[in-house]
Amino acid sequence: MAYRVVHYINQFFAGVGGEEKADYKPEARDGAVGPGMALNAALGGEAEIVGTIICGDSYFADNIEEAKKQILELIAGFKPDALVAGPAFNAGRYGTACGAVCEAVAKELGIPTVTGMYEENPGVDMFRKATYIVKTADSARGMKDAIPVMAKLLLKQLRGEPIGRPEEEGYIPKGVRINYFADKIGAARAVEMFVKKLKGEPYVTEYPMPVFDRVPPNPPITNMAEATVALVTSGGIVPKGNPDHIEASSASKYGEYSLAGMETITSETHETAHGGYDPTYANEDPNRVLPVDVMRELEKEGVIKKFHEVYYSTVGNGTSVANAKKFGAEIAQKLKDANVNAVIVTST
Amino acid sequence: MVHVCTIVPISLTVGANRIVPAVAIPHPLGDPTKTKEEEKAIRKHLVMKALKALQTEVEDQTVFND
Repeated sequence: MAYRVVHYINQFFAGVGGEEKADYKPEARDGAVGPGMALNAALGGEAEIVGTIICGDSYFADNIEEAKKQILELIAGFKPDALVAGPAFNAGRYGTACGAVCEAVAKELGIPTVTGMYEENPGVDMFRKATYIVKTADSARGMKDAIPVMAKLLLKQLRGEPIGRPEEEGYIPKGVRINYFADKIGAARAVEMFVKKLKGEPYVTEYPMPVFDRVPPNPPITNMAEATVALVTSGGIVPKGNPDHIEASSASKYGEYSLAGMETITSETHETAHGGYDPTYANEDPNRVLPVDVMRELEKEGVIKKFHEVYYSTVGNGTSVANAKKFGAEIAQKLKDANVNAVIVTST
Repeated sequence: MVHVCTIVPISLTVGANRIVPAVAIPHPLGDPTKTKEEEKAIRKHLVMKALKALQTEVEDQTVFND
């Protein structure tokens, strides 16, 4: 008996229509449709596409929860052993739908899933941890390269075989770390890598650095005497007792604290939650990290119009870039909503 | 936004556009070896420098040294 596979595709690849049919509601058809033909061939009889789910990209994007529910029901109706979605190449809505369907199926039906996307598809960042996403070209011209890789990855999962590293199997890293014993110690591997780099030979890093984005600088403040200025810190200054329990490292949250009626902060009122530096000096005088005393003074002197009485604080100690980015975006929005003109961010 | 921090290379790596170098990691805006008054003067000087950075037109990442 061949494994039963369900294939999820959009209205375009099903031949239903283009953008004018993007509101097409989820539909189940028996057997393979469109790219499913080639996929079926690549599965080589060991697995077979028993059904295809077709859904318009806009319908999915506009009714995510409802669409997911409907699609999940249609998929479950085929009693499948595995699900393939796409490949979506660089189509954003389609990629998001493929990722979301794979995630839901893995969670609700507990069966293997595979999809395929171009690495800049927004669906990649959203779902790469939830499913195997095979790296594809940016357009359907990459179909013939993507299909065999997806088929192989699916069959391996169905057989319960171990899945190799992302670069071996052709999928986008899921962020999974697997321990293994290396033949050589880290120092030796690092020197070998360095020598390769000096020679201009190819090498693979063991720890890729996150890619930081760049933003164009904001225009300067033209009249500081009319500006509201806020303080934000990654130095972990919190009200005494750390009421929000901000973690000493790998912070999962930030705090929002009022300074209303406070001329300064002291060892009596505030402390640091940061576990990455000697806290003695910050606990002795928290102004050394969060300069509340000086900001109040400058407010009185009229150098600035107003010191924003709410400050934001987190612990920048092993904090993930993803978390930091999220905190930053939320804090920036709150400050904007409060009509703050400028921000001083302090870091330890 | 201006970033007041001690490890300027990190600030440059993560992409801050206006950077004011600070005193030391555990006390960026203070110096426990000084008297309270001296320390506050150092702090005020740094905050004033931060305000000046905020009022300066920059086209690229800029470190505001003394």
